[in-house]
Amino acid sequence: MPSHDVMPNMDLYQPVQVEDALAIADRLAERGWLVGGGQDTYGWLKDRAKSVEALIDLSGIESLRGIKETADGIEIGALTTLTEITGNDLITQRYSVLSDAAGRVASPQIRNIGTLGGNVSQDVRCWYYRRGLDCYRAGGNLCYADTPEGMNREHSLFEASRCVAASPSDTAPALVALDATMVIQSSGGERTLAAEDYFVGPAIDIENTTALRPGEILTSVRIPSTWANATFYFEKVADRNSWDFALVNIAAAFKVSGGNIEDSRIVCGAVQCTPRRVTNVENAIRGQAKNSSTAESVAAMSTDGARVLAHNGYKVPLMQNLVKRAISA
Amino acid sequence: MNSRLTRRRFIKGVIFSGAAASTGASFYLANAQSGQSSAERLVTLNINGRNRPVDVLPQETLAHTLRYKLDLTGTKLGCNRGECGACTVLIDEVPNYSCSVLTHNVKGKTVTTIEGIKAADGTLHAVQQAFIDENSPQCGFCTPGQVMSAVALLRSNPRPTRKEALQAMSGNLYRCGAYEHYLNGVMRASGQLA
Repeated sequence: MPSHDVMPNMDLYQPVQVEDALAIADRLAERGWLVGGGQDTYGWLKDRAKSVEALIDLSGIESLRGIKETADGIEIGALTTLTEITGNDLITQRYSVLSDAAGRVASPQIRNIGTLGGNVSQDVRCWYYRRGLDCYRAGGNLCYADTPEGMNREHSLFEASRCVAASPSDTAPALVALDATMVIQSSGGERTLAAEDYFVGPAIDIENTTALRPGEILTSVRIPSTWANATFYFEKVADRNSWDFALVNIAAAFKVSGGNIEDSRIVCGAVQCTPRRVTNVENAIRGQAKNSSTAESVAAMSTDGARVLAHNGYKVPLMQNLVKRAISA
Repeated sequence: MNSRLTRRRFIKGVIFSGAAASTGASFYLANAQSGQSSAERLVTLNINGRNRPVDVLPQETLAHTLRYKLDLTGTKLGCNRGECGACTVLIDEVPNYSCSVLTHNVKGKTVTTIEGIKAADGTLHAVQQAFIDENSPQCGFCTPGQVMSAVALLRSNPRPTRKEALQAMSGNLYRCGAYEHYLNGVMRASGQLA
């Protein structure tokens, strides 16, 4: 693949109002590409692995930025940067699992411009796909990763369907753990989706990782008070401490009363195409003491149903250990 | 300065006149307020405290504009993919990878590059001097980016802990690998290393 130093030719639209952005997105549909911080976008375009007629730059829309308190929790504009989320008092005090996750994304410079909306909407990191090969996800009819020779140590354990790419986001598991709601606007109006339903696996839509359709814009994320001030745990394991995507990450929330777990959310990233809620563990620990013996007793079941590829078997004990740590911490 | 009529200058001249010739007939009819049409190409950028008018393609990255249109070649392009940090500049005092920011995104903002770091009389910035004193650079290619990250850190946090410095510098790769020397430089620049 040739290496390119410059971006290909394209148009650039810089609306400052959501309504204008929606009108442009509607008009251009699949010919347009929404860009927030652009940290996922520019690589695709520079590598010529994907092409587009026009960028719709959302970064000038002030109403999509910022974190505000609502009657039931908080609302975060989709264009809010990861650095802003990491340092926001409301989030660090009440929903620290999200600020911890945002603070572990990529590098400081990327967090300074990368947005929450972009972090949850970014495309998968399968290197075959990102190299521009005609795999299932790119509209072709084979998978290069799930082959005897394929390099798949970063790929999925669960719910693969033809494509075995894994969810790359650190904030996505945190939003699922917090029962967040994604607010999506289009020129036809607004719809909301539970965070869990925003992320879409290959069995449902192999070419997209989210439920966003052409013409739609993720405008904000609402976090209800349900899990405010819960006992949180976030951990990301990656090959490098900076820049790198997770091999497995975990975001967990526990409501603990008298040492016992009343309810919990345990969500792992990078183990399937969408954040994976470990519901069998959540059910098994309900009413149990939050300690290491409970953790020991349920860790193995967290990977029930895993289908290991040639090189990602290590993710099974890794995920079990993260679940164990989350419960015993 | 005349002795610096180098091959690089000659090549840049060719690129620049080529760009100028191709723009003549094709300015966009811009309506910047609604954003309903594509971005206007002729923009004025605030770089190192000076207003710099420049013709910018819609898809152009800031690193490209700085290096190839404004002659600010102190900003280096390493990977050009946001994975090395050599191109780090400050946008409104915040470190960013200039290879991964569109130039059209910095209209109305202030950009500081390595050329804008030293004092008007040529005195090096404390970070630059400390990096020299600590022998931080080896080949030096990553150094402009390292300086920018360190300057941004010390402007927002004048006396960082070593861990905070490590965190702040974690978006800049150093192929030669002596990261400790840069960290020592940051600590020296903050006056915490005798």
